[in-house]
Amino acid sequence: HHFAGLSDVSISGDIPVEGEINVPVGTPSQDKEYSTLDEPVKDTILRDLKAVGKKFVHVMYPKKSSALLRDWDLWGPLLLCVTLALMLQGGSVDSKEDGGPQFAEVFVIIWFGSVIITLNSKLLGGTISFFQSLCVLGYCIMPLTVAMVVCRLVLLGGSWGFSFIVRLIVVTASFSWSTFASTAFLADCQPPNRKALVVYPVFLFYFVIGWMILTFSPSA
Amino acid sequence: KMASSDGNKNTNTEPWGGFEDNIIQGTGSAVIDMENMDDTSGSSFEDMGEMHQRMKEEEEVADEAEATEEETGEDGEFLGIKGIKGQLGRQVADEVWQAGKRQASKAFNLYANIDILRPYFDVEPMQVRNRLIESMIPIRMINFPQKIAGELYGPMMLVFTLVAILLHGMKTSGTVIREGTLMGTAIGTCFGYWLGVSSFIYFLAYLCNAQITMLQMLSLLGYGLFGHCVVLFVTYNVHFHSLFYILWLVVGGLSTLRMVAAVISRTVGQTPRLILCGTLAALHMLFLLYLHFAYHKIVEGILDTLEGPNMPPIQRVARDLPVVATAAMNAVNATVKTLGVILKSQ
Repeated sequence: HHFAGLSDVSISGDIPVEGEINVPVGTPSQDKEYSTLDEPVKDTILRDLKAVGKKFVHVMYPKKSSALLRDWDLWGPLLLCVTLALMLQGGSVDSKEDGGPQFAEVFVIIWFGSVIITLNSKLLGGTISFFQSLCVLGYCIMPLTVAMVVCRLVLLGGSWGFSFIVRLIVVTASFSWSTFASTAFLADCQPPNRKALVVYPVFLFYFVIGWMILTFSPSA
Repeated sequence: KMASSDGNKNTNTEPWGGFEDNIIQGTGSAVIDMENMDDTSGSSFEDMGEMHQRMKEEEEVADEAEATEEETGEDGEFLGIKGIKGQLGRQVADEVWQAGKRQASKAFNLYANIDILRPYFDVEPMQVRNRLIESMIPIRMINFPQKIAGELYGPMMLVFTLVAILLHGMKTSGTVIREGTLMGTAIGTCFGYWLGVSSFIYFLAYLCNAQITMLQMLSLLGYGLFGHCVVLFVTYNVHFHSLFYILWLVVGGLSTLRMVAAVISRTVGQTPRLILCGTLAALHMLFLLYLHFAYHKIVEGILDTLEGPNMPPIQRVARDLPVVATAAMNAVNATVKTLGVILKSQ
């Protein structure tokens, strides 16, 4: 019978054809809405924030865990980058020449630098994927953002000479922390004898960002 | 993969008519585009426009398929449901295979572009260190072509280091304002020098029939910047002019001699050798001079126009400069002051 064979090929109930396929268009909260339609937006946002927060904790205590790499996301880096760029904006809005680097400058340096480092590590034979590397480098900017906050607080009060020493120590510590944290994730994906070649551009990248933070002074 | 190509052929053997082949064999024929499944490997490079276009195509083809279904007749209607589901199974499998193939070819096209550069980054840290040291040691054998390594990792890292050192130098000279503009200038200067002068010397070498490739020239000039990095790193922190001149002659001179010897060893004839040697030496030495003085001076020029006489003493270092350098610096200063005035008036 012709149609008996057909029944073998027909889709039974447990092969999911609809509902499981997520189209990654737009924000992840839209994705979740597609499959969990009745969920309030607050739950969606909280879930994403929790994922981002978990990754922040991984950066603070850099162990060799693959959680940062496995489910990468670029929300954390974007948040950090925007925060840093806004804080480096400079105090006064009136005079456009004073203050510090413009928002676009910081943004471009961070993302362009991350792309260069990723390309470099891929060209040297790394096994990490493009967006995973962007994710790691972006999340490891967090110590520098914390240092920026501390620097701004220090600049709000205190004498000039002493504050520079404090800021120098804070920025140096956080920049070494960033480099060390990102190395813990990135260097695993390299052949063992080439780790130094990958670490050096990361060091330069965080050095430049640390330099921007250290030399920042809001216009009086 | 079981139904990838066979599924297309089997459709017409169905007694109830089946779907036409040309609907199924289209790449956008499935109702569901399984290529856009969420994958955490991070290698989906779809952009929005392409996805929208494909979705539109799918909608059109799905509408067409529905229209054709209605035409197959009523006797296929009951079996049509099962038939659709059976067909759907095969279509889905087919679409998965097509999607996988498409994604793989797209990824390959992206990575193939990177792979062009991959052999130039195939170095060990020991090799980089050795080449850095060798860039300061001129080799006197100019009658036989010298070996020049063609690698791009060392030169690129040196250019970025030079940018970082320039920025650091601007910090120690007390510049706080206009950081953004200066950063763009620093990056543009360093990369412009590396790429521009390499191209220019390669062009001259082509005219003078020298046996050197573009990659080797880029590599040679890139490693020649190591001397510049060292000199600038020292003199931005220790502000003695005599020290700078000594370092300029010794360190700059050594790295220039190394580059010149390598290029000359690959050229035949007195006049071509002289042309290449003179041009390369002049450009390389003058660039170091420019980096040391012009950045300080540009900074001071800008500070003059914007801040006026209230300047901290660190920026007012007394200098006794030779006449030529003073004239050059006055020209630069005047240009920058004009620029500052123009920008201020806007």
